[in-house]
Amino acid sequence: MSGFVTLLKRELDLAWGRGGGALLACGFYTCVAALVPLAVGSDPERLRAVGPGVAWIALALSTLLSLERLYERDFEDGALDLLALGPVPLELVALAKGLAQWIAGGLPLAVAAPIAAVMLGTPQALLPLVFAAALIGGLGFAFVGSMGAALALGAKRGGVLIAVVVLPLFAPPVIFGAGALEAFAAGMTWTSAFAFLAAYSLAAVALTPFAAAAAVRNALG
Amino acid sequence: MEFRRPGMIARLTGESLAVARGGRSLFAGLDFAVAAGEAVALTGANGSGKTSLLRCIAGLIRPEAGSVGFAGDSGPLEAEEARSGGLHLLGHQDGLKPTRTADEELRFQAAWTGADNAGVEAAIDALELKPLLKLETRKLSAGQRRRLALGRLIASPRPLWLLDEPLAPLDARWRERVGALTAAHLKTGGLVLAAVHDPLPVKSRELAL
Repeated sequence: MSGFVTLLKRELDLAWGRGGGALLACGFYTCVAALVPLAVGSDPERLRAVGPGVAWIALALSTLLSLERLYERDFEDGALDLLALGPVPLELVALAKGLAQWIAGGLPLAVAAPIAAVMLGTPQALLPLVFAAALIGGLGFAFVGSMGAALALGAKRGGVLIAVVVLPLFAPPVIFGAGALEAFAAGMTWTSAFAFLAAYSLAAVALTPFAAAAAVRNALG
Repeated sequence: MEFRRPGMIARLTGESLAVARGGRSLFAGLDFAVAAGEAVALTGANGSGKTSLLRCIAGLIRPEAGSVGFAGDSGPLEAEEARSGGLHLLGHQDGLKPTRTADEELRFQAAWTGADNAGVEAAIDALELKPLLKLETRKLSAGQRRRLALGRLIASPRPLWLLDEPLAPLDARWRERVGALTAAHLKTGGLVLAAVHDPLPVKSRELAL
């Protein structure tokens, strides 16, 4: 267990402190959200209609930004050998990387989500749910994204490949996340969509580390 | 520096080992053995499979045929267990993060391989890393980075060292110094298998690919 904690600390340090990946994603997210009223017009009615959907697409795209470096850096400089020979199995290495990706990337994005929502004219009552949905959805984005990053290891132009592999898998959280927000705004039951969102994310945490570990083994061998 | 607890590697063997990369066979039918206290210099032309053999022993590459075996004082060891706790693989890349300081990287690599604080201090002393610790690793020279990467071998004592061109970036003084550290490692019952082009600075047997 101490090996896992050691690795998690390193991953957080690499994701947070160096290169500013996390804040960069937040900046990207708020910039996209700020562009939406310029594109569709500032009519509050229309913004309210497209707001939740656009915000979710922006969130999904923002989580892609820091994925390319997640495994590729370790692969290029030989650190992945060290990680593969460590005290914990590669599945736990993948779990630590996904968790760090969520804490360092998903958490700041979840904080930025209500701010972006305000810019899109979302009513205040909706903001807590926006935060919660971005936080839970971000967990799924981080783990599915990490799996994509592992699958793209060693490929030329891996960043684009990750996006192509991962974006179709982002469909369920986008549907359920935006669906929960729309249902809440319309006064309907939003809990079922939210529960599906949470189920997707938890399934991603449980399953993707196995796929990521297999992909890493394949890339190293 | 005591790692000869029961269950640790005292003998490494390869039996009719064959390794292929990218559909091309590198070597086949390779038999070898390394015993405790012995250094083996792995030689061969560029592309003859020295690195692949080391990675195969470490379990990163699956052999096409044959097997790698680890044995302790009291009989054969389970390969996965022997690998995760019994060997260091030092590739020709150092695995250091350019934006982290030497201190952070040394402490991570040491902790990841199971070293405690005393081990880290021993490594800092043995490899004279003190003046480098505050620097980001991208500011170090190739030789300094190699010394830093060698740190985990000292910090966390493990019997089997698999080294890939360990001396290449080092200057004459440090080659000698690393030779002395290797000799000390062999004296405590360690095993060394090193891919080299220049002779190892310790008494060694040659294994040509």
